[in-house]
Amino acid sequence: MSTGTTKLDVVVSDVVPVNDLVTRFHFRRRDRELLPTFSGGAHVVVEMRDGERTRLNPYSLMGSPLDTREYTISVRRDDVGRGGSLFMHRSVKPGLEMVISYPVNLFSLDLRARKHLMLAGGIGITPFMAQTSQLAGSGGNFELHYTSRTASLGTYADLLQQRYDRRVRLYHDDLDERIELDRLLSSQPLGTHLYVCGPAGMINWVRDRAAALGWPAETVHFEHFAAPQPGAPFDVTLAVTGKTIRVGSQQSLLEAIEAAGVDPPYLCRGGVCGQCETNVVSHDGKFIHNDHWLSEEDHRSACKIMPCVSRFEGKSLVLER
Amino acid sequence: MGITFRKETFRDDFTFRNSPEHIRRFPFPFHEDSYMYAVNIEPHVVGPKGSVLENLIDVDEHYVAEMQDRALVLAEDPLRCQSLPHMTLAGWDLLELLMEQQALGYPEHFTLTRDGDRWRWINRPLGIDDTFTFGDTSTLPYGPMEYITRQSQGDFCILDQRDGNLWMDAGMVTTQADWSLDFDIGMNFFEWHAPVPLAHEKGIFIRALKFLTNIQQGKPARRLNWTMTINPRLDTSPENYHKWGPDRTTVTPENVGDKVHLRVELQSFWRLPRSNGIVFPIRCYLIKMDELVTQPKWARRLHRVIRDLPEELATYKGLTRYRPTLVEWLLKLDDGSPTSPGFGPDSVF
Ligand code: HEM
Ligand code: FES
Repeated sequence: MSTGTTKLDVVVSDVVPVNDLVTRFHFRRRDRELLPTFSGGAHVVVEMRDGERTRLNPYSLMGSPLDTREYTISVRRDDVGRGGSLFMHRSVKPGLEMVISYPVNLFSLDLRARKHLMLAGGIGITPFMAQTSQLAGSGGNFELHYTSRTASLGTYADLLQQRYDRRVRLYHDDLDERIELDRLLSSQPLGTHLYVCGPAGMINWVRDRAAALGWPAETVHFEHFAAPQPGAPFDVTLAVTGKTIRVGSQQSLLEAIEAAGVDPPYLCRGGVCGQCETNVVSHDGKFIHNDHWLSEEDHRSACKIMPCVSRFEGKSLVLER
Repeated sequence: MGITFRKETFRDDFTFRNSPEHIRRFPFPFHEDSYMYAVNIEPHVVGPKGSVLENLIDVDEHYVAEMQDRALVLAEDPLRCQSLPHMTLAGWDLLELLMEQQALGYPEHFTLTRDGDRWRWINRPLGIDDTFTFGDTSTLPYGPMEYITRQSQGDFCILDQRDGNLWMDAGMVTTQADWSLDFDIGMNFFEWHAPVPLAHEKGIFIRALKFLTNIQQGKPARRLNWTMTINPRLDTSPENYHKWGPDRTTVTPENVGDKVHLRVELQSFWRLPRSNGIVFPIRCYLIKMDELVTQPKWARRLHRVIRDLPEELATYKGLTRYRPTLVEWLLKLDDGSPTSPGFGPDSVF
């Protein structure tokens, strides 16, 4: 049974430049019905039809879960990535009909928490936009610490301060402002849960310090979509379906498998959910693992790969698909 | 046209019966002549007209009587319904799901009208017409989960999802096959499944949990489970064991057909949108042997399944005492001819 999500037919209702790097996209349903309700922290997978190719990228929903007339996402332009964000920035205009997935939440609030302590870096702010709306609507207790390179790149910082005032604290790299993490983590009331979303370095730093300061692992939540990385093309044989395919340099292995007409399971397309896990039948070469799902031991033993984000370099690769 | 609701009891004089149409739509759980635990999960999509899958939330002729039985159980033991404080939002999610599904499947019996967060719910079989504010618990006579599950057939567990596990943090459980919400509340998937034999070793629970934590909104799944119950008693709880346990010793060759019931649970799994929790409705169907064997294929197959059931499963399901009597009774109805593949009786679906 394929566990891809149900699809929604939407139309782009608005495209709003937010700053030099970030643009916001609004979607409504083509049949004008309400969109499905979602929970703060959820993402959708956006299908981008770009000529011959289809890219599928996950983006966090940033609107209020209380308002399902439209979904909004914010996309940061990445000039060296595989082109998904460039496609969004250049080719997606109001009125364009697109297909997105149902919302999926891999970064949900722990509603037992007495307090939610949120740390955002850069475009990692987007899931917190929805989570803060959800909590504010139900009287939840939260505090948001948000770092960006400069004030002008602090996407939605103004809006957040306007909405939540003292509950939001901003830090700017160009002014050498840093979160005083140890002090912050050491001064939280019992029952606080910690959430972090941002670049990998920031997530690792926060998780390490939290562990060192005795935060139980189940109170520390993080979301980091590993964007699929471009790389050298490679060939793969799919043992079950008997196909041999080529993975292009700007294509993920998962996308190449799908382009060959095979329908493997997936949810996040970002190396975190585990759905696309695929067994390696044989290989001669080296894996470039980019996922957050497999254990280090799995990575070392070279018996599994997450095709949504990971690649391969070498002579031959046979997968159980 | 509407359903004609039966007046019947699940205790004392046990007047519960299935009409002929309900016998034919019974969700017989065996697709082959033997049974073993497996990760038997499939997408919960609408099935044939006239089957229990015609609607994703099934309402049948026993609805009113089951809701009355639930009210009796709750009056004696309020702990059958529990919701930890962080589960209220999930309760609202469940209220929305059940109102929507029941109104969609049975518009002649249920109507939901929404005007923003002002909702009006009409439940004609139970004579309810309430207007309330969605999200505001003070506008309902009970918490949202209790309110709607007093009006919905089957038990309900609401699972909170965290740390890659599911936690039984809320539920309405009055028609259970010998397990207790009060005992299991706050436990995780592996903890509450601890008493189940063989399935852990077979890796079933690890795989099932992986699947469940990835259940998507708009893509519910389902599985069937089964056991047997003496007399059509819905509430076979550990708390009331003294009331129903001794029934197992009362089975004789003369009363098998009337007393022994196959008890099938249609279990479904739904992602809840606001809370990101999962709800697990356990819809219980009962059928007495006399009714079941009106379908010759079912009689033959049930004989073979019960005869060959692994001892561990028979013990866990509490069949040990009366299994020989039952098998002997069923043997007379099994001429050894082959049974067709699939669940249905020979005639329909
Ligand atoms: C989240 C959803 C689920 C809940 C709340 C749940 C709950 C339970 C409970 C309370 C029991 C009784 C245990 C006892 O004896 O105390 C049970 C039994 C069992 N469960 Fe689950 N379960 C769930 C999902 C599943 C799934 C997905 C599978 C397998 C694929 C499964 C397989 C079983 C089996 C095989 C038994 C033994 C039943 C029998 O032989 O009568 N469960 N479950
Ligand atoms: S699709 Fe989620 S890990 Fe690959």
